[in-house]
Amino acid sequence: MKVFSFAFVVGVLAATSLTHAADIIGTITLTGTPPAAIPITPLMNDPICGPLHKETPTTHFYVVGKNGEFADVVVSLKDAGGNEITGKSTGASAAPAVLDQKGCLYAPQILAIQTGQKLIVRNSDPCVHNVHTTSNAGNTEHNDVQMPNGPDLNYAFDKPEMFMKFQCDIHPWMFAWVSIFDNPYYAISGTDGKFVIKDVPPGKYTVVADHRKLGEKTQAVEVGDKDVTVNFTFEVK
Amino acid sequence: MNDTKVIRPLHWFAVLTACATFFLLGMGGLVTSHGAGMSVPDWPTSFGYNMFFLPIKFWRGGVFYEHTHRLMASVVGCLTIILSVWIWIQDSRRWMKWLGTSAVLLIVAQGVVGGLRVLLSEDQLGIVHGVLAQLFFILICALALFTGRFWQRISNAGKISVPGSLRALVLTTTVLIFVQLVLGATMRHQHAGLSINTFPSAYGKLWPDTSPQAIQYYNEHRLEIMNVNPITAFQVILQMVHRIVALVILVFVSLCAWQTRRQLGAKDALAKFAAFWLALVVVQIFLGAATIWTNKAADVATAHVLVGALLLVTGALWCMIASARSAPLRAAEHEGFGALGTFVPNK
Repeated sequence: MKVFSFAFVVGVLAATSLTHAADIIGTITLTGTPPAAIPITPLMNDPICGPLHKETPTTHFYVVGKNGEFADVVVSLKDAGGNEITGKSTGASAAPAVLDQKGCLYAPQILAIQTGQKLIVRNSDPCVHNVHTTSNAGNTEHNDVQMPNGPDLNYAFDKPEMFMKFQCDIHPWMFAWVSIFDNPYYAISGTDGKFVIKDVPPGKYTVVADHRKLGEKTQAVEVGDKDVTVNFTFEVK
Repeated sequence: MNDTKVIRPLHWFAVLTACATFFLLGMGGLVTSHGAGMSVPDWPTSFGYNMFFLPIKFWRGGVFYEHTHRLMASVVGCLTIILSVWIWIQDSRRWMKWLGTSAVLLIVAQGVVGGLRVLLSEDQLGIVHGVLAQLFFILICALALFTGRFWQRISNAGKISVPGSLRALVLTTTVLIFVQLVLGATMRHQHAGLSINTFPSAYGKLWPDTSPQAIQYYNEHRLEIMNVNPITAFQVILQMVHRIVALVILVFVSLCAWQTRRQLGAKDALAKFAAFWLALVVVQIFLGAATIWTNKAADVATAHVLVGALLLVTGALWCMIASARSAPLRAAEHEGFGALGTFVPNK
């Protein structure tokens, strides 16, 4: 019996190791000099929003570290042929994502979710906002009022889309871009330029790095049972 | 020929309505310039409130522009209804009664289109809304003109008839200005900021590169605070067409001013009107350039819209006056219809 149990455990472990999912990790770097960020002066001129900031906030199109670490790049997977990976979303069972309105700015301004995943939009500001979404992929568009510190708004979108726009028309400098995938294989580079796409099943893929201003870069990759490193370099000419 | 009494209160009420409409046009321009068109998501209510009782605490940011625009539109709607009823009661000209009714129908349609633009979140309806506003402004200004003493005077005999070729030239120019306003409205409702941010050159060239690589380059280097949609080759070409049509309009209006002066004499009211038109075009071109130089500053862009409206209405009124001056003898012969210049208050 002991021998049988041992053999069973070994068998399970072996089987598990055969189907073990690996991570795709990497770093995004920017070369060249991007245009300087613009101070959002209309925000500071607003009698409610202005006092919420000590310094004038700036636009966040290019978030770059000292050594070119490039943040806010959306990294995702397509199949080896470059087609969308569909039908793999964990949907409503995925932990809700949160998009906050704080200091009359969206936080974060770049976000990614799965189809069917709950997206909570929060208003942490002492002023009214309208949450206005615009879709280029046929997702339901919303324009909802959210009172100061009012109840959260909950959304879910059923079609994949890159950089779906969220905006507040009351404070027309407020924007966020939410990318929607029909799978859980995506990540957004942090301020250190690093990203991790977790638990990718073995196979051949196309890794896609998308920046809202600089567009898309791709690399082919084969994932086995070990983590794979894929780095991208964007350039501002 | 026409010695009947002008109803001065009616005329001045029509002028008041025209002024209010001009003000409303400016407020509508500010709504688009500030990107505030969708800041009040519901209609005809505002944040669920009856529009006229929206608490003042909401009147901030984009809501201020959108909500005051709605209130002003209500005022203009009321003024137009009163004007129309007044015309029905006191003005004997049948075509004037229907013109007044048309104004009411147009302002109602305009309000509905504005509301649908909000409810359906359709930028294309914003273009229609902007263009209808210009047409309504012409109609209201025409009502003000037709109820006034000036209209009566110019339709009297003894004036020099305006040659058909000159009238055709001015009409063509007016249509061209209308096309230019449609182009402008289309540009404004793309919500993409300036598709070309240099003037007089276009990205350093006479005609900008519109290849995909160039468009990508423009988008990489343009940082906008408000109008963040990326620009497209279509939008770049659209602005170039707008610039070219502006030059064509300058040439045409100059020609109109010169020909009017030459054919009717410098002292003729229409010659002075045409000279005013030319001055407006020069101001408008400067405002167009300033819109680019100031990166589409809201007040400058709105002034550009307003002067555009004045240009259109000047051309349209010029055509109406010229027609009246050329038509009275012919029209007076038509019993039961009456000349455009015949103004007979109801007894």
